[in-house]
Amino acid sequence: MSGDDEWSALRAFTPARLAQGRAGNALPTSRLLEFQLAHARARDAVWAPFDPAKIASDLAGFESIAVETNAANRHAYLMNPSLGRTLPPASASKLTRGPYDAVLVIADGLSPSAIHAHGAALANIVLSRAPHRWAPAIIVTNGRVAIGDEIAAALGASLAVVMIGERPGLSAADSIGLYLTFAPKPGISTDADRNCISNVRPEGLPLADAAHRLAWLMDRAIAMQQSGVALKEAAESPTLPARADSR
Amino acid sequence: MAFAHTIGGTRYVFDDLKTLLARATPDRSGDRLAGVAAAIAEERVAARMALADVPLSTFLTEHVVPYETDEVTRLIADTHDADAFAPVASLTVGEFRDWLLAHETTGTKLAALAPGLTPEMAAAVSKLMRNQDLIAVARKINVVTRFNNTIGLPGRLSVRLQPNHPTDDLKGIAASIVDGLLYGSGDAVIGINPATDNVATVTQLLGMLDALRQRWDVPTQSCVLAHVTTTLTVMEAGAPVDLVFQSVAGSEAANKSFGIDLSVLHEAHEAALSLKRGALGDNVMYFETGQGSALSANAHHGVDQQTMDCRAYAVARAFKPLLVNTVVGFIGPEYLFDGKQIVRAGLEDHFCGKLLGLPMGVDVCYTNHAEADSDDMDNLLTLLGVAGCTYVMGVPGADDVMLSYQSTSFHDALYVREAMGLKPAPEFEAWLLRMGLMDGTGRMRTKLEGTGARALLNFDGFP
Repeated sequence: MSGDDEWSALRAFTPARLAQGRAGNALPTSRLLEFQLAHARARDAVWAPFDPAKIASDLAGFESIAVETNAANRHAYLMNPSLGRTLPPASASKLTRGPYDAVLVIADGLSPSAIHAHGAALANIVLSRAPHRWAPAIIVTNGRVAIGDEIAAALGASLAVVMIGERPGLSAADSIGLYLTFAPKPGISTDADRNCISNVRPEGLPLADAAHRLAWLMDRAIAMQQSGVALKEAAESPTLPARADSR
Repeated sequence: MAFAHTIGGTRYVFDDLKTLLARATPDRSGDRLAGVAAAIAEERVAARMALADVPLSTFLTEHVVPYETDEVTRLIADTHDADAFAPVASLTVGEFRDWLLAHETTGTKLAALAPGLTPEMAAAVSKLMRNQDLIAVARKINVVTRFNNTIGLPGRLSVRLQPNHPTDDLKGIAASIVDGLLYGSGDAVIGINPATDNVATVTQLLGMLDALRQRWDVPTQSCVLAHVTTTLTVMEAGAPVDLVFQSVAGSEAANKSFGIDLSVLHEAHEAALSLKRGALGDNVMYFETGQGSALSANAHHGVDQQTMDCRAYAVARAFKPLLVNTVVGFIGPEYLFDGKQIVRAGLEDHFCGKLLGLPMGVDVCYTNHAEADSDDMDNLLTLLGVAGCTYVMGVPGADDVMLSYQSTSFHDALYVREAMGLKPAPEFEAWLLRMGLMDGTGRMRTKLEGTGARALLNFDGFP
């Protein structure tokens, strides 16, 4: 079996797949199989059947409602992203207007596995930290980020927080993204109107840190009465407080 | 103007040229998503039969995106070279395919024709061509460009070294660059996609790249693939910019969604030229494209995604770029569903780019939600090697840890060069030999003893 290249010490500086060695021009067998395993896990994460009931039962006493989007199955979801941004009548009718500031939308996105792994834990931190009038958490099967717009509008919540499984990479298939939108408008709000916290997972941005950053963004969004580019600039300034109780 | 073709008892009618092109295009998910694809397979062939009879000259008068409201259409129409077009001016699209494939049609003739072709003509003929046709014609064409070395010569295949890092860590990026150089990658460009596109980060990355390149005297060029407006700002501040990068698309509206127009590209082109940094030539632009980008910006005007990507090549060629590549499988399965569609799109983009006179490379790639894997990439990479592709990507282990997709690796580049008997750019090859990294048979050494590699590995003093 061929081994790593002589310069494998370079790996200390980056998670990239450096100095993997060669069999002729090709990867050595062990490295080839490592890559295949990472791809297999990413593929499995995309296609994992989502289990909203399990998420609901793992929420620490927080109320939740399960809905499905117009994407009737995983194939339709992947082939037509717009289907994952709207609700059919049967799901829309489960949402009633109330005196809410915010709603947490928990969507499978491109990695149901990520939500299975950390979704409920992250939701429990988010819902218990921020002193907002939260609507019931909405658990969405086959959802895209923009589904939060329709849900927040239906509930009358001014802040939509969408927690969604990110497209799996080879290094991580369990990353969650958090998207914040102030006063979302279905069909009108775009990425430019949102703030994103990505790579949320224990080995990436830890859950508590992400929840802390989200709480700060939510406060700022309410204070500024907007989200998106203007808020992003504020968030990148040194005024973002460091977390005291990290991890 | 409507087009029609009758098969058996069924008369298929196509309301206008863009509809005809869309119905004729090989099946792909993005055109279905846009609602422009043929409904059934027979309609697709009917459209091809109708398209085969359309005179090329029709494309000069019927625009797929309105001239009045789209600056890309105006660029295409206003810069069309009627003299260059003359040899094929009387041909139909079907006759044009035969002409392209004819032995008498040499690379020299094709190079002379390029300014006379519009992107829509290239797209149209590609829809009548099988994969082998796309390869056979593309391999006749050599587009040679120069900055610090010479890209696109016959018998050469260059590699963009893509050393991305999730947090733009300078040492992490430098480590990936060293790995790539030791594998013989980096002659097309050492090009970083920054995780953070702002002036401070881009300036820092450019400084590090330039220091590395100068310290080891590598005959290549560097690029930080930031937004063109960021690059303009850092150029004004004196940062060492070799190449200006920008993603471009095939309509004014799609380019607007990227935050660009032709005028900002002109401004950046002029600014980069004024730096006079190229030792061998003044091709200072680097563009990326990809089928589906116009539709994803809702700026496709009912035109199929392959034709829209060809229109992006018209934008690119206005600026005499050093490098242009399609990022073929990056956009996801809603545009290119599986390996078959990615392979076909890669060959189309490469062929059309070359035919329009561009130094065309391909980012042979896929995402984890597409129905594709390394085997599909091996197929496309090998086909592109046969087709005379200008360059491909070199990513450590094929895994881009910043952009989270899979491209081709340093290993893959070694494979395709050896399988096809292709070499790096001549100046870069000479450097590899001088450093002792390449042996006398043209293979990259695996043992560092007695080579210049120690200098590369000692990078503690980097800025």
